[in-house]
Amino acid sequence: MEYLDFEIPIKELEEQLDKCQVIGEESDVDVTETCKQIEKKLKETKKDIYKNLTPWQRVQLSRHPNRPYTLDYIKALCGDSFLELHGDRNVKDDKAMIGGLGKIGDQTYMFIGQQKGYNTKTRQYRNFGMANPEGYRKALRLMKSAEKFGLPIVTFIDTPGAYPGLEAEERGQGEAIARNILEMSRLKVPVICIVIGEGASGGALGIGVGDKFLMLENAWFSVISPENCSSILWRSWEYKEQAADALKLTAKDSKRIKVIDDIIKEPLGGAHSDRETTFKAVRDAIIKNYEELKNLSPKELVNKRMDKYANMGVYKG
Amino acid sequence: MSWFKRKEKNIQTSTEEKKDTPKGLWYKSPTGKIVDTKELEQNFYVSPEDGYHVRIGSKEYFEILFDDNKYKELDTKLESKDPLKFVDTKKYPDRLKAAQEKTKLKDAVRTAVGKSKGNNLVVACMDFTFIGGSMGSVVGEKIARAADYALKKKIPFMIISKSGGARMMEAALSLMQLAKTSAKLAQLAEAKVPYISLCTDPTTGGTTASFAMLGDINISEPGALIGFAGPRVVRDTTGQELPEGFQTSEFLLEHGFLDFITHRKDLKDKVNLYIDLISNQPLRE
Repeated sequence: MEYLDFEIPIKELEEQLDKCQVIGEESDVDVTETCKQIEKKLKETKKDIYKNLTPWQRVQLSRHPNRPYTLDYIKALCGDSFLELHGDRNVKDDKAMIGGLGKIGDQTYMFIGQQKGYNTKTRQYRNFGMANPEGYRKALRLMKSAEKFGLPIVTFIDTPGAYPGLEAEERGQGEAIARNILEMSRLKVPVICIVIGEGASGGALGIGVGDKFLMLENAWFSVISPENCSSILWRSWEYKEQAADALKLTAKDSKRIKVIDDIIKEPLGGAHSDRETTFKAVRDAIIKNYEELKNLSPKELVNKRMDKYANMGVYKG
Repeated sequence: MSWFKRKEKNIQTSTEEKKDTPKGLWYKSPTGKIVDTKELEQNFYVSPEDGYHVRIGSKEYFEILFDDNKYKELDTKLESKDPLKFVDTKKYPDRLKAAQEKTKLKDAVRTAVGKSKGNNLVVACMDFTFIGGSMGSVVGEKIARAADYALKKKIPFMIISKSGGARMMEAALSLMQLAKTSAKLAQLAEAKVPYISLCTDPTTGGTTASFAMLGDINISEPGALIGFAGPRVVRDTTGQELPEGFQTSEFLLEHGFLDFITHRKDLKDKVNLYIDLISNQPLRE
């Protein structure tokens, strides 16, 4: 397990606990009481830390190397029923954007999401979860296929942004994202979007327009990453913590300013600390939200979605 | 003193009397692996030594896809005519006749309906052995009729492509089969009947530029050649050396044109898994 800097007290306590147990096993000293005390302290410390996370700490959690990624969720939700589909039918199969069909219970869903790697090699292979235009076009192709056969769509958003590369511009990164946003707004099937980690900017929105927009508790969603925001507005990378505060990018703030519909609770310690509980929470959220949407006619669905986005924004006069 | 003594000089056995192993006992894969043909057959015509997917025809694909090899063949009587009185090194009717005699097939595609894992499936499968699996009026018509059958009965449709392209001996009429089959697939799409395109070795020319690339999913087998212009034509036209693996199914997957590549032994399962998922039906075991 890897620890973030603010998790160091937890790391220390967990190490103490381990040591204590080893002593208990290797000698006759009764350590039950000591262990209990450490456990109690550990629990309190965890509560203390995770209940009062700053926005920047949540950003760090959202990027935690052990955090589950899109394929982890899909595999946990669908098991062997998942059939991954590839390609944009145009130039490439983008490894940063994955998709395919799978079942939760009796219902088939089309799953789409950005995929990150879990070590240096796979991170490069997945381009750090930054999709190229072909990734967005692959996503759209799959969404259109789901629409054709009347299947609901679930997207998992986890990206530091769309890939800012030379070839990406040549092939029309902006056009690809714009096309997706437009087409998603009028898809005739239910669309549920879930930010599971990072939800940065247009790169996130390219698969992030839907009837229900949910966020995991420690995910973030905004127009820019705090580092880039700091670099642009403060002209230095040093102000990322202030930027994270200012951007109001946490799930709670996003709910308050009504850009998201709901928050999916994470276990104490974050999604990675108890994956099974996280997967179950996501599964329940998908089923619950689909239940609310499945009986709407395509026309009602699209009208409601249009209304929802028409009401975004705050102004006076 | 030698152990064996030849009484008469030279080999005296006549050719007819010579002992020979019967033809077709062994298969040699391109990497030089020797496989027993019986074993090959049991392994879905894939070399167990190196995974090479041997080119097979409609008979074998039907056997792989349909339960207990039971199916009803459609439009068995359609045969090509010679509308252009075409002659190259041979007259077209002679070429057709020779191909029919050699392959015992009527033309380069067979269409059938049958149960696959218990549910109906319409399959159109091309035969490369019949004039290079080329598409003329008969291929176009049989595929269109099979699609119509699938459309009318709402049965998922699958085309197994294995073709050099349009048939030159029917010239522009062949070309129009691209339009005819594609238009029919548009109707199928409109009716939301799933269509699966399996591109096998080789899928080139007019087939690639029509039905082979139009599946709800396009899938393939390992190492299959898939392209519009064949590798020789590309090399000769451009004068460029072709990259390693150019126009293989793996190349096409990487470039976004295939949904997945499947080993032949998993073909039936994968196709039916897709059908169950896309039609939101319970998964069949």
